[in-house]
Amino acid sequence: MYVLIAGGGKVGANLTRSLLRGNNEVTVIEQRPYRFEKLEAEFEHQVIRGDATELFVLERAGIKRPPDLLVAATGDDEDNIVICQLAREKYGLSNVIARINDPRNQLYFDLLGISPTVSATGAIMGLIEHEVPEHGLIHLLELRKENLEIVEVTVDKSANCQGKRVRALKLPEGARLISIVRDGKAEIPDDETLLVAGDQVLAILEPGKEDELRRILLHD
Amino acid sequence: MIGCGRVGSAVALQLQGSGWDVTVMDENEDALGRLGEHWTGGFLVGHGMDIKLLRDAGIEEADAVVVTTDGDNTNLVIAQVAQKQFDVPTVIVRVLDPARAQFYAARGLRIVCPTSSAIETLVGAVRQAEEASV
Repeated sequence: MYVLIAGGGKVGANLTRSLLRGNNEVTVIEQRPYRFEKLEAEFEHQVIRGDATELFVLERAGIKRPPDLLVAATGDDEDNIVICQLAREKYGLSNVIARINDPRNQLYFDLLGISPTVSATGAIMGLIEHEVPEHGLIHLLELRKENLEIVEVTVDKSANCQGKRVRALKLPEGARLISIVRDGKAEIPDDETLLVAGDQVLAILEPGKEDELRRILLHD
Repeated sequence: MIGCGRVGSAVALQLQGSGWDVTVMDENEDALGRLGEHWTGGFLVGHGMDIKLLRDAGIEEADAVVVTTDGDNTNLVIAQVAQKQFDVPTVIVRVLDPARAQFYAARGLRIVCPTSSAIETLVGAVRQAEEASV
C-alpha cells in the first residue's frame, strides 16, 4: 500500500515507522526544519519538506499517483480539513483519515463530510465513559459511514426492561439488541429472551435513538 | 468581520462608515486598537472556530461575513462553516495562496486573493513601463 502522511510529529512519525515495518510505501510531509532533519535522518528520501496544504508540495510528495490512503496528521485542525478536501476533491483520493486535535472541532469535520476522523481526546473520553458511564449508555463503536453505533447498557434492578421479554420492549425502528452477557456467557437474544438485573446488553442503533433506547431499557 | 488585522480593521471601519452594523472578532484583544478610539460597533475576543463565539457575534443574523485572519486554512474553514452551518448569504474570504484560492473559488466560495492581485498589478506596471520606454 502507498500511504501519504501529512505532518511528521509524534503521530505522523510513528505511523510512518509502523507502516514501513509492514512493508508499505510511505511518504511523510513535514514543514518544520528541525523535525524534518530528524525525520530525514531516519526515513531518508521518504520525507518531503514543505507545507502539506500547498498543492505543489502535495504533488511533489506524489499525490497524483495517487496514494491508496492519505492521513492528515498535523497538529492543526484547519490544516487537516483543507488537506483532506484537497486530497479528495482535487486529486480524487477516496481514502483519507483525519486527525482531530481539538475535539470541539469534530462538528466542522462532520459538517464538511470528512471521515473517518481520529481524536485522542475522544478516544480517551470513550474509555473513561466505559469505566464511569454517565447516563448508563456506553458508546463502544461508532460506524459513521453506516450511520450506526453500538452501545452497551447494564440492566439493574430498577431498570425499565428488567423482568421483561425482548418482544415486550417495543424497540423503535433503527434499534436492535445484538447480545446479552449473563454470568460471563454471551448469547444472541430473540423475542423470547428475558432480561434480568445484571445483564450486559449490547445494542446497535442509529445515532439519535439513544434517549429512546435509554428510556426503554433503563430509566425514564 | 473575522480577523482584525490591517485589512480586517480597515474594511470594518469603511463598512461602518457606509452604514453597516459591524461586529469584529479577533483572537488578540489589542486588535481593538486598530479600530480607533471611537469604534461603536461590536468587538469580541476569541477564535473564529469557536462556534459559541460566532453565535454571540450574531452570525445567525449576519447579511455578510468577511474572513481575514492571518491563516489561509483557518479562513477557508471558517468561511465554509459560515456558508454551510449558518447559511450566511454573502461570505467573502481572503486567501493568500493563489493555488488554494483558485481551487476553493471553483467550489463556490467568494475568494479575494491579494497575492494574485499584486502579481497582476506588478506585471502590469512593468509592461506599462516597457511600453512607455519603447
